Amino acid sequence: MTMRLVVIGNGMAGIRTVEELLNMSPDAYDITVFGNELQPNYNRILLSPVLSAEMPFEETILNSFDWYQQHNITLHAGHAVTHIDRIKRFVSTDDGLQTPYDRLLIATGSNPFMPPIPGIDLPGVIGYRSIADVQTMLAAAQTGGHAVVIGGGLLGLEAAYGLSLRGMQVTVVHLSNWLIERQLDKTGGDMLRKALIKRGLTFLMAHQTEAILGTGHVTGLRFKNGTEIAASLVVVAAGIRPNIGLAKSAGIYCERGIVVNDTLQTFDPRIYAVGECVQHRHQTYGLVAPLFEQAKVAANHLAQYGRMRYEGSQTATKLKVTGIDLFSAGDFHVTDDDEELLLQDATRGVYKKLVLRHNKLRGAILYGDTIDGPWYFQLLRDGTDISDMREHLLFGQAHLGDAGRSGAASIMNLPDSAEICGCNGIKKGHIIKTILEKKLFTLEEVRAHTKASSSCGSCTGLVEAILASTVGGDYSTQPSKKPLCPCTELSHDEVRSAITQLSLHSIPQLMQALEWKTTDGCAKCRPALNYYLLAAWPDSYQDDSRSRFINERVHANIQKDGTYSVVPRIWGGVTSAKELRSIADVADKYAVPTIKITGGQRIDLLGVAKTDLPAMWHDLADAGFVSGHAYGKALRTVKTCVGSEWCRFGTQDSTALGIRLEKMTWGSWTPHKFKLAVSGCPRNCAEATIKDFGIVCVDSGYEIHVGGNGGIKVRVTDFLCKVGTEEEVIEYCGAFMQMYREEAHYLERSAPWIERVGLSHVKQHIVDDPNNRSALFARFLQSQANAQTDPWQEHANGKEAFEYKPLATIEG
Amino acid sequence: MTATRIALGHLNDIPRQGARIVQTPTGEIAIFRTLDDQIFALNNQCPHKGGPLAQGIVHGTQVTCPLHGWVINLDSGDAAAPDEGCVNRYAVDNEGGMLYLRTTDLFPHDRDGGLAG
Ligand code: SRM
Ligand SMILES: Cc1cc2nc3c(=O)[nH]c(=O)nc-3n(C[C@H](O)[C@H](O)[C@H](O)COP(=O)(O)OP(=O)(O)OC[C@H]3O[C@@H](n4cnc5c(N)ncnc54)[C@H](O)[C@@H]3O)c2cc1C
Ligand code: SF4
Ligand code: FES
Repeated sequence: MTMRLVVIGNGMAGIRTVEELLNMSPDAYDITVFGNELQPNYNRILLSPVLSAEMPFEETILNSFDWYQQHNITLHAGHAVTHIDRIKRFVSTDDGLQTPYDRLLIATGSNPFMPPIPGIDLPGVIGYRSIADVQTMLAAAQTGGHAVVIGGGLLGLEAAYGLSLRGMQVTVVHLSNWLIERQLDKTGGDMLRKALIKRGLTFLMAHQTEAILGTGHVTGLRFKNGTEIAASLVVVAAGIRPNIGLAKSAGIYCERGIVVNDTLQTFDPRIYAVGECVQHRHQTYGLVAPLFEQAKVAANHLAQYGRMRYEGSQTATKLKVTGIDLFSAGDFHVTDDDEELLLQDATRGVYKKLVLRHNKLRGAILYGDTIDGPWYFQLLRDGTDISDMREHLLFGQAHLGDAGRSGAASIMNLPDSAEICGCNGIKKGHIIKTILEKKLFTLEEVRAHTKASSSCGSCTGLVEAILASTVGGDYSTQPSKKPLCPCTELSHDEVRSAITQLSLHSIPQLMQALEWKTTDGCAKCRPALNYYLLAAWPDSYQDDSRSRFINERVHANIQKDGTYSVVPRIWGGVTSAKELRSIADVADKYAVPTIKITGGQRIDLLGVAKTDLPAMWHDLADAGFVSGHAYGKALRTVKTCVGSEWCRFGTQDSTALGIRLEKMTWGSWTPHKFKLAVSGCPRNCAEATIKDFGIVCVDSGYEIHVGGNGGIKVRVTDFLCKVGTEEEVIEYCGAFMQMYREEAHYLERSAPWIERVGLSHVKQHIVDDPNNRSALFARFLQSQANAQTDPWQEHANGKEAFEYKPLATIEG
Repeated sequence: MTATRIALGHLNDIPRQGARIVQTPTGEIAIFRTLDDQIFALNNQCPHKGGPLAQGIVHGTQVTCPLHGWVINLDSGDAAAPDEGCVNRYAVDNEGGMLYLRTTDLFPHDRDGGLAG
């Protein structure tokens, strides 16, 4: 018989768990859901836009009644479970429903905290938690009058703002001296209060309510200082308490919340719990992102995969009052160990505060300009060492050497028609509409549904900002650890270390040992695994051409019409009349439609039919050419300038050095493409300071620059060190490439890699540690020993010939 | 078209997790072989912008288009959600490793699109 799962709580965490479970194992359970509310599962986060009339309630529904039916889920909406019998394993309600379970999931959320003051039970005094509360507020607003909100935190301010838009006179009563004191410091809180006063709210700061007045219905409030105020509606937003009464009465171990372990199991192994009612590692949560992480883990265990653990979350918050940008993450109460970075610009209405401890970000408050919120949050969660970017940190990610495409000041000021994703032509309005229509929460979902940010990725920050301001709050349900792809829960780093620790030597062996969820992976993980294996075992790994993208499989770049382009290697950009003549002959022989000088100082033959490739390579090989790897996650070009041979300013022979470097490094596979350049003097005509590894020759030697990037996000290199001889340049180059090959994630270029690990880390292992440098260099040379066979020649001689020929031809 | 089937060759002429194409007067058909030796035949034209599906990475019973990464289900010819679109399928008989394309399928199309031509 199918196992029976009963879910108590038809809210965001409970139903998210059910959804995850249905994805993983659709037929594992007969599912019954009890929900205290009359509505199907809706997006509680969006209650404030409903209150402020910015959105109809229907648009907040996440799972319609039809959805439950389609998935054979029995829903008892409007029925509260009042009893759990853990011995006989059933739950029951006061109106006589009884349902047995094999597994029980408790997701009862939390209740608004109602302080024990006289009058708190009067009609007209409510919390702010459910659509029923919103309906009460709307009914009160119909007759106008005066509303008082107790509590100037996020929820209280959203309620106050909504009620004032609905035409009520609203006063916010707050205990502390400034607003949102748990997420904001005094300066930020004061700026916020001024902005809200402009919008028509009234504040009573440092006021404590002594009693709520009225007989039969609320009429006003009295404060500790003796003053009184009239009110026809009182909304209490003084915090939340996990809703654990039911669990407690069933004898399930609770402290502040229902105590669960890393698999979201309670002390009764048949009973799981997720959401705000839960206490995990001493923490309770009040935002959806961590709850969704919990849901994923709980579902994984309910489906009996038993693989995942929930290890706690860090959270960030955002206020959802239209036109006010406020973001806060982490801890910002400064102690003696901490440093503060501050930016305050009253005219622009911008305030930023970053709290650092030991060169790591601990907390961030952004007011007025929150575009960098997601970035700071990422630095905070990753524990990134920020010493190398310290001077720019406060100004945001756009200032990290970026002259590229990002850097729009405030996303919300952009019109709906603004193009956000240049690759796919996606406009802001379309993204917002899709987020709302398809109920999207995560960047991944937005990518899948709109294609925005799914190509080159340069607009990711903008898309995240739109997501944040559209669904509000902590939209980002990105787990703290990022799995390599949907086939696994393991991260890039975990996979890499498993390869060496478990001595994994092939993709099938790896997938078995690491319990891949798919039989043979996907287009995302297979190329990464192939690279990681190759990097780990350069001498013994058998390359898997089936796990390579087409360009690397047939050693040419696929074009939009299915033809290919052919780019022969032109060492250091130096060629000869003879070479040019042979290229011209080849172009004639195969009727190449376009010949183009590339941005990498070589020649591109475009529009070649796949069937012609081997013969063309044969002819090119005869003329002395090898593949230029213009298609590979590999060494691409080494750009050079004319240097001291000819140039009146040249200090060294940059051309010859470039050729020497290219002869050493060609044929190597790297996590992403890798480019070198050598300029003969600081005029830098070879653009060495935007290359992965760039040399600027000076009179006394060679400056080594690393981690540069043209392309999507321009990044100027970091200066690594200066050396005196070509021999040293050669060694540093090999060592740097090897370190990048061993440490970077697949498809991570050297620029983002350096930003992730920090320049100091690279310096420490390459500049400060000569032994390590020469060990890295030796490993690089060792892996090159097998790498420098020309793939064009091999394929011209018949390797993988099937790639280029049709299987059969059917004549007409 | 008189014959009802056309011999394509042997299963082993197609690499596992790979594909080969068949040229026809009206366009290319991609013949896929999965890891577990299932054979599928689809128009070699991605429903997105016509990318050559035979050049994609084959995983499970799906192929990822080489041009912009749509994932196409080999068994149904449908694009995997949330993308929308489909490719014509053809039947291939596998008789002891010998593969035959049912040419009667070549012209009546079960869906929009049809072969290039
Ligand atoms: C041919 C060429 C354009 C040209 O006609 O000049 C070119 C063509 C392509 N570039 Fe490029 N890039 C070319 C020089 C550059 C340069 C200039 C340079 O190297 O000095 C850059 C900026 C420098 C840099 O990389 O830092 C450049 C930055 C990119 C990027 C963005 C990389 C980034 O990290 O931001 C991509 C996208 C990617 O790799 O993911 C890209 C991708 C591509 C692809 C592979 C797009 C694709 O996937 O089809 C294009 C292949 C066309 C083809 O079939 O040949 N191309 N590309 C240049 C070939 C150089 C060569 O001789 O090999
Ligand atoms: C106005 C408002 C704005 C918010 N804004 C944000 C935001 O911007 N960002 C953010 O991340 N979070 C926000 N939150 C918090 C977010 O909504 C919650 O974290 C989330 O809804 C918690 O999910 P849950 O499933 O634990 O609880 P809930 O969603 O509350 O679900 C619990 C459900 O269980 C039901 N229930 C309880 N007891 C029983 C019982 N005995 N029998 C049957 N049913 C029962 C309840 O009626 C409820 O429907 C906001 C919350 C509110 C109220
Ligand atoms: S060659 Fe480069 S810049 Fe030009 S369209 Fe292609 S990817 Fe874009
Ligand atoms: S053509 Fe296939 S994904 Fe675009």
